[in-house]
Amino acid sequence: MATLALRDITKSFGATHVLHGVSLDVAEGEMIVIVGASGCGKSTLLRIVAGLETETSGAVVIGGQDVTGLEPADRDVAMVFQNYALYPHMSVFGNMAYGLKIRGLPKPEIERRVGEAARLLGIEALLERRPRQLSGGQRQRVAMGRAIVREPKLFLFDEPLSNLDAKLRVQMRAEIRRLQKRLGVTSLFVTHDQVEAMTLGDRLVVMHQGHAAQIATPMEIWAKPADTYVAGFIGSPAMNFIPATLGHGGHVATLAGGLALPMPGRMGTDGQGVTIGIRPEHLRPGMGGLEAVVELVEPLGSEAVLHARLADGSPLTARLPGILHGEGRLGLVLPLESLHIFDAASGRRLESAG
Amino acid sequence: METAEGTRARNRRAAWFTHGWLALGVLAFAFPIWLTLMGSTHDASTIGRGDVPLLPGPHAAENYAQAWGVGGGRYMGVPAGTMLLNSLVMALLIALGKIAISLTSAYAVVFFRFPGRMLAFWLIFITLMLPVEVRIIPTFQVMVSLDMINTMQGLVVPLIASATATLLFRQFFLTIPDEYVEAAKIDGAGPLRFFKDVALPLSVTNIAALFVILFIYGWNQYLWPLLIVNDRSLETVIVGLTKMIGGGDTQNEWNVIMATAVLALLPPVLVVVLMQRWFVKGLTETEK
Repeated sequence: MATLALRDITKSFGATHVLHGVSLDVAEGEMIVIVGASGCGKSTLLRIVAGLETETSGAVVIGGQDVTGLEPADRDVAMVFQNYALYPHMSVFGNMAYGLKIRGLPKPEIERRVGEAARLLGIEALLERRPRQLSGGQRQRVAMGRAIVREPKLFLFDEPLSNLDAKLRVQMRAEIRRLQKRLGVTSLFVTHDQVEAMTLGDRLVVMHQGHAAQIATPMEIWAKPADTYVAGFIGSPAMNFIPATLGHGGHVATLAGGLALPMPGRMGTDGQGVTIGIRPEHLRPGMGGLEAVVELVEPLGSEAVLHARLADGSPLTARLPGILHGEGRLGLVLPLESLHIFDAASGRRLESAG
Repeated sequence: METAEGTRARNRRAAWFTHGWLALGVLAFAFPIWLTLMGSTHDASTIGRGDVPLLPGPHAAENYAQAWGVGGGRYMGVPAGTMLLNSLVMALLIALGKIAISLTSAYAVVFFRFPGRMLAFWLIFITLMLPVEVRIIPTFQVMVSLDMINTMQGLVVPLIASATATLLFRQFFLTIPDEYVEAAKIDGAGPLRFFKDVALPLSVTNIAALFVILFIYGWNQYLWPLLIVNDRSLETVIVGLTKMIGGGDTQNEWNVIMATAVLALLPPVLVVVLMQRWFVKGLTETEK
């Protein structure tokens, strides 16, 4: 158990800049999920924390100790890999005990720790088996066990659930979260799956092109995304974006179709381009809002996802309760309290300036 | 069902064809060995007359006893027992030495970043294209200078580096996922530990397969032992066998020669038979 601090981490592979200065403070026992599309630098960041990759500049501080430049083994971290990286020629016990054996722990202590972790994970019966003889979920547990027995300061998860099927993934997700809370070990979890990120993390780091676009709690990110990238990435189906122009002293945004939306306050200067964001589930059927033509209905049981187009041809997605939705014309209103307003040029979130 | 009958007939024809073809292949391989085996059970005069016996004769025991304990042929040479031991020691040293050297050099080339790494690899790779015969005179010169003529070291050392085996192990090591290396790093295993605990156990089947190939390679060495060893107490069985065959001025003791040939056959056959399971596994299976 320890705190973790990243100080302005940058990383370049030759001329390619992968990380452009990421800073992060993680409290003791906190679960931080680093989420982003592939190639955003999230795995690189995790590997820098592990010591498998060397940062170009910046510092990694674990438990108050600057570990920059230390070998992975000297950082007291444990990592769960995407493909689990279980040694195929060792038994489950051997896999879990290997790190302890190298550290020269006495045999009874190793057996006690492995036994304890196996009990915790429900894999006591598998200790003599080889990884080849295990199912995906069991391998996942063994990989977790290998991390747990080390009793490290930090758990690092590198997309550990992406090799599992959908059902198992949901189950293991809950299990990892429960375990992490119970053990209270500070954790970093990398994933590209926003649902995984929302459900697992105390806080999320949304990565975009080597920057931390936003660091906040899942609900904060969902309710107040810092920019259009975060807004579009978190939430499913993705948020709708409609261009608009400010007027009336920055108090009204006018859409391309002529619809004028009163803003909660002064959002900027007249004539400034903004992007109005609205989540599909916040759109309501009704008149006096947007006129859309529904092209495709995806029924999901209690609700349906409607893919529609506005008059100017731009797409719009709505998630409406009920099942009786048909294709054709549909009026949709935009509840003012659910709007997100972003600057069109920078993509940053705009808050009313009173 | 006429079509079913037609299919069956066609399958039968195909089976006959494949089996016939296989039988022909077996015959081509087995017949010379059968001749040798039969020849080793007759006395010298039977074969000397020009007969080629196809059935066993009554002199097996004495032929093998002579071959094993006394030897025969032009120089009334070295007993097969000694030659077999020499061959065995040489083949084992060559096979194990080649494996040890190529395993470690492949490990270095794959898992370490050091200046000149690719240069080292390419130098190893290029020597693949040079057969032993090409460098045999300079190698001989080196052995003379090192005073290794007529020694077991002289027999083994020039043959102990193997580009092929290095390449094979390199290819195998490249298939070991990076995550194993990283997991081991996080577990705190250094390079030697990783070699001993992970790389080596994973290569066991490859090592076994290579051992079979290299043992036979070593066993069958002819030109180099012929050059480097004059001391007949160090003679290998393959060289000794050819030395038993005369130039035509005297009658060859074909019965003893063939008995020695059969004895020379046994160790490689034994190695193949005993290690067959591993051999096939190592060449076909990738356990990941």
